[in-house]
Amino acid sequence: MKELRLMKGNEALAEAAIRAGADAYFGYPITPQSEVIEYLMANKPEDRTGMVVLQAESEVAAINMVYGAAGCGKKAVTSSSSPGISLKQEGLSYIAGAELPCVVVNVVRGGPGLGTIQPSQSDYFQSVKGGGHGDYKLIVLAPSSVQESVDYMRLAFDLAFKYRNPVMIQSDGIIGQMMEKVELFEQQKRVEPDYEWATIGKKKDKPATFVTSLQLQAEEQEKVNLRLQKKYREVEKNEVRFEKVQCDDAEYLLTAFGSCARITRKAMEMARAKGYKVGMLRPQTLYPFPTEEFNKMAEQVKGILTVEMNAGQMVEDVKLSVCGKTKVEYFGRFGGMIPSPEEILNALEQKIIGG
Amino acid sequence: MSENLVNPENLVYKKTDAMTDRVLHYCPGCGHGTAHRILAEVIDELQIQDQTIGVAPVGCSVLAYYYFNVDMQEAAHGRAPAVATGIKRVFPEKYVFTYQGDGDLAAIGTAETIHACNRGENILVVFINNGIYGMTGGQMAPTTLEGMKSSTSPFGRDVKSMGSPLKITELVAQLPGTYFATRQAVHKPANVRKAKRAIKKAMEYQKHNKGTCFVEIVSNCPSNWKMTPVQSNEWMEENMFPFYPLGDIKVPEK
Ligand SMILES: Cc1ncc(C[n+]2csc(CCOP(=O)(O)OP(=O)(O)O)c2C)c(N)n1
Ligand code: SF4
Repeated sequence: MKELRLMKGNEALAEAAIRAGADAYFGYPITPQSEVIEYLMANKPEDRTGMVVLQAESEVAAINMVYGAAGCGKKAVTSSSSPGISLKQEGLSYIAGAELPCVVVNVVRGGPGLGTIQPSQSDYFQSVKGGGHGDYKLIVLAPSSVQESVDYMRLAFDLAFKYRNPVMIQSDGIIGQMMEKVELFEQQKRVEPDYEWATIGKKKDKPATFVTSLQLQAEEQEKVNLRLQKKYREVEKNEVRFEKVQCDDAEYLLTAFGSCARITRKAMEMARAKGYKVGMLRPQTLYPFPTEEFNKMAEQVKGILTVEMNAGQMVEDVKLSVCGKTKVEYFGRFGGMIPSPEEILNALEQKIIGG
Repeated sequence: MSENLVNPENLVYKKTDAMTDRVLHYCPGCGHGTAHRILAEVIDELQIQDQTIGVAPVGCSVLAYYYFNVDMQEAAHGRAPAVATGIKRVFPEKYVFTYQGDGDLAAIGTAETIHACNRGENILVVFINNGIYGMTGGQMAPTTLEGMKSSTSPFGRDVKSMGSPLKITELVAQLPGTYFATRQAVHKPANVRKAKRAIKKAMEYQKHNKGTCFVEIVSNCPSNWKMTPVQSNEWMEENMFPFYPLGDIKVPEK
């Protein structure tokens, strides 16, 4: 039976984590994502599924608790917002290096610094290009609704374990704070881990297991890197996700992700009403990026406008994807400001259609 | 002749199963090896090799997971107590320990240390206090003594500008979550036996879920103290022990 509820994005993420069979959540409060831990604390997942919830002393501690639990083969998740995600970068780099699975939610707010508590998408570079040290990648999912927040939580755990890699759900202050109808998936069973890479206690007839991101010999560290790169190529081959809206006859293309894609879609409809043949391509995975799809669309359209709630970050990946085949322009608001559909339409007319 | 020696009745001392056959990389005379050995013996004696998960720090003992023959995780610098928290919370029935140096535990990881103790995480923290950053070549540690020379306090630690040496074990002993705190050494047979007893007690307490057990081992770093092993042990007795007196700091109430 379908289970429908009206939920806030952050609460939906928390509920989805319980239902996805998560074993542990570790987090530290920060606006606009504190509802995640508040919901978990109030809902007592310990009683529902045995899931552990702990408020850590900092985001640094929280991500390292995730490391410990993930190293045991358990499903661990943490969430935060931009300044807190900055603090988690060290841990993320170690988790990626040690090839552990985990889910990290970033409900993005405006920066830099303490910035603002208003929604933003200015952490795109940090999530997609690797905010911590070393050559590593996060798989980055960008929900654009409360429903996708729920669905991506389950997907995130699946991908994390499939590739033994941290997965980031990049939400933002709009998706996290707004309420929408959601359909919840059924409670998944928590599983006892029995992975050969996990520290679950040394087995009698086997050597002890260790989890580490250290290789003192350069030759060995290069091998680790080659293995990681091979994995990322697999991810790029298998896991690209995107949504195309009215692209079949499109002469112009709008692109945006997350909450910004909803506003951009409205702008697209307004443009259509004015007679312009405009489509929209919405990346659902920011890494792996829908490079091929953009490249294909570049053959069809006269120009692409990338709309972002930042100073122009994803636009770089769009440009790299189209290899100069078509014009790519950027429009955005930032620092917590949200663009209006009219502004976007105006930018489209000026920079792409008229330009 | 040699065959006779390996007769079981002649075997009075053997390698403990909880250590692997890898050759330790520690400098000659360093206390790390002995500290490893007694911790491993305790794991053996309690027969918990299959139920123990250790956490290695960043410091000279970063490769501890090569030597302990138990499942282990290597934590980021200072984060071992948080990593151990994550492990213990998902595996409350396992025996979890961290093994950390003074820079790891009392400088970069101070918050993780204090809060793990304050939550009373049921883990064993083994803290090797050698008053210096061994791995990175002898820089000043939070535990470096007043006036003690290091590569970043070449004229001696000036407490006015560099702060005073930190007695972190006394500090965590204040916290209600800390169940047992003790300070030991491993430079002499009598001390080794005492330190081992303390570690064994601390490990056993984990069964009862009473809180964090904290075992400090005041140790030496002959290489970075720039002394022979014998000199370093004498120097430790004369200089470290007066400031870091050995003995129990917090014992469980009867
Ligand atoms: C974030 C970070 N900062 C600095 C270092 C460099 N570093 C490695 S070990 C160490 C100090 C180790 O000293 P201690 O914890 O006292 O252990 P010892 O080597 O003396 O056993 C430092 C500063 C690092 N690895 N990571
Ligand atoms: S540098 Fe010091 S602490 Fe490190 S192994 Fe050598 S003697 Fe031991």
